[in-house]
Amino acid sequence: MADLALANPRAPKRPAARRSNFELYSWLFMRISGLALIILVLGHLLIMNILDGGVHRINWGFVAGRWASPFWQFWDLSMLWLAEIHGGNGLRTIIDDYARKDSTRFWLKILLYVSMALILAVGTMVIFTFDPNMPAN
Amino acid sequence: MSTTASTAPGAEASDRAGASRRQGTFYRGDPGMWSWVLHRITGVLTFFFLFVHVLDTALVRVSPNTYDQVIETYKTPIVNLLEVGLVGAVLFHALNGIRVMLVDFWSKGPKVQKAMLWVIGVVWVAVMVPGAFFMMKRTVETLFGGN
Repeated sequence: MADLALANPRAPKRPAARRSNFELYSWLFMRISGLALIILVLGHLLIMNILDGGVHRINWGFVAGRWASPFWQFWDLSMLWLAEIHGGNGLRTIIDDYARKDSTRFWLKILLYVSMALILAVGTMVIFTFDPNMPAN
Repeated sequence: MSTTASTAPGAEASDRAGASRRQGTFYRGDPGMWSWVLHRITGVLTFFFLFVHVLDTALVRVSPNTYDQVIETYKTPIVNLLEVGLVGAVLFHALNGIRVMLVDFWSKGPKVQKAMLWVIGVVWVAVMVPGAFFMMKRTVETLFGGN
């Protein structure tokens, strides 16, 4: 056979070390967080909107009563983080699917990540620094 | 690559071909495709609501009166109706999410994906009828029952 200097045609274009499994982990995260969110979010909606008068019994005192228990604090904190990252990752996929220009994609993602950071920071701060003895005004 | 379009392999008995013959060229798709569209729409709506909801809840740190004032808007008839819509959207997203996971991880999932779509439809209605009743009860009584 003539000696053909042909590189392996099926070799990946990028060296293996540089490929990342990010999309695999994000796919897996959507399923695991989704499973947890089914309990967390449907439980939250059932308690807040349906049982025992639903939304009409919610006021500041009701929130204070719930957050007096570490169980509900932990519930709300996990729900906040999982829902925000699950939803943010979903929106990232949607931006990738529909943005036509790289610059649009870039700025939409910046907007998304900034809003996620804001919501996670504000939400976490509120759960940890809630003051049950706050004066009414 | 899309993370949720995993229902295609089991899609049989599609009505695509008939659609273009009967009424022009509008692609009517397959129920599996529409469940994917609905999954996206309900997901985006819920994400936007979450943004608003974390900010309104943050008002508990401003003052009890401020929080109570804002939370009153959640009890008005129109917002109450929107809440039923939110619960419906989240419930569909949750049920269809289970279906997507079964398609992904259960060996028979792709084969029965369409049957699972009807199952989640039935479960959705079975939960939403009493759910909407209890959510709207007080609003309807106030509106039509003369307090």
